[in-house]
Amino acid sequence: MQETVIDVRHVKKNFGPLLVLKDISFRLNKGEVLSIIGPSGSGKSTLLRCITKLETIDSGSISICGEEMVHSENGNVVYAQKERLREIRRHCGLVFQNFNLFPHMSVLSNITEAQRFVLKKSKEASEKTAMELLEKMGLTDKAKAYPCQLSGGQQQRASIARALALNPDVLCFDEPTSALDPELTGEILKVIKDLAKEKMTMMVVTHEMQFAHDISDTVIFMDDGLIVEEGNPKEVFEHPKSERTRKFLMRYEG
Amino acid sequence: MGKLLLQMVQATGTTLEVFFLTLLFALPLGILVAKGRMSKHKIVSGLVNIYIMIMRGTPLILQLIFVYFAPYYLFKASCDRFTAVIIAFVINYAAYFAEIYRGGIQSIPRGQYEASEMLGFSKTHTFVRIICPQVVKRIMPSLANEVITLVKDTALAQTIGVAELFRVAQNASARQFSTAPIFIAGLFYFIMNGIVSKAFDAIEKKLSYYN
Repeated sequence: MQETVIDVRHVKKNFGPLLVLKDISFRLNKGEVLSIIGPSGSGKSTLLRCITKLETIDSGSISICGEEMVHSENGNVVYAQKERLREIRRHCGLVFQNFNLFPHMSVLSNITEAQRFVLKKSKEASEKTAMELLEKMGLTDKAKAYPCQLSGGQQQRASIARALALNPDVLCFDEPTSALDPELTGEILKVIKDLAKEKMTMMVVTHEMQFAHDISDTVIFMDDGLIVEEGNPKEVFEHPKSERTRKFLMRYEG
Repeated sequence: MGKLLLQMVQATGTTLEVFFLTLLFALPLGILVAKGRMSKHKIVSGLVNIYIMIMRGTPLILQLIFVYFAPYYLFKASCDRFTAVIIAFVINYAAYFAEIYRGGIQSIPRGQYEASEMLGFSKTHTFVRIICPQVVKRIMPSLANEVITLVKDTALAQTIGVAELFRVAQNASARQFSTAPIFIAGLFYFIMNGIVSKAFDAIEKKLSYYN
């Protein structure tokens, strides 16, 4: 029996009259990589933001690592209590499209801040962890630098290190390469691939089809707030069942 | 002439007292006002908004007169002139500072809050450690403007009879039938603001380690 890390059931979300997520259900198992692809406006980023609770849902339920973050009761959504919610959210790390590093802090402080003040680790222990992660990201020499002195790719690697420092059970990526040029994109994709090799559970919203094809255990194709197709990369990319998926993938083939 | 200069230096002491006491109270009070202005409670933000509108919409000189005389007419009691000056300046400047703070706080990208939230920071931790340091850097130029204006506004304290630099210069000018003391006072203000500018330049430079 595989351990479920993310369990999403019948999630609906609307922005005013606009239904962004219509009825989304899926699971992500421990050690697996899930990619979500689809056209802009299909709701894939919103879905990620609902799972990380940067957005609230309007119906359905979401559990992280077996702990229920939100469920529906008589047509109302009920979120876990504040402290509990905080604990549940700690299972998830998030890497943003625009990195969102703290510009006034050195790369090292960006990574130690949460360890020290959220996990209450000592400064020395936090810095040790941070330096290990920076080494893994190939940024050892940038520890004392400020984010503005780094290239986009280096900033994104630093932000991955920042998220990893809290030891999340699942790492979510919200279009991690959309702000980068092709060369830097490759740099980030390699880091994510390495994490996949270490069996890090990941959920990646991306426009990089080849990448999604190569690293994913499961691929979800979303369109217009619905999951149109779900399966292993071979099925989705090579033998898509739906016409919509076929049309979308056509654009990516040279 | 030597006697006049001595008088003016002494009066500058009063000017500086008004200046520093106003900053001491108005700078932190402005944070509260800004928080109130951005409050989700409609009543709180509405009331604070009215307060800011009055402070910015009426002359400081009128506010000085009001603070000094209104308590007397209302309660038959009043504070001394100097205290009245400080109160009037503090509530007036807090309103201006609040709007500068608000502009700074609202200019911080939402991603900074979201990153903080994802890392598990509390609201207070996010505000104090993540948002404030960035706000301080962004608002320095506007703050410098306001503080320089304050140096010159201290001259209004004479309206309710506080003998600050400009009052002393005017009196001397009237006694001597000469505009010289007033121009000397002008030089004093110019020098004070030169120091203020330099101080802000230094702060901005210190904060320029990132952008």
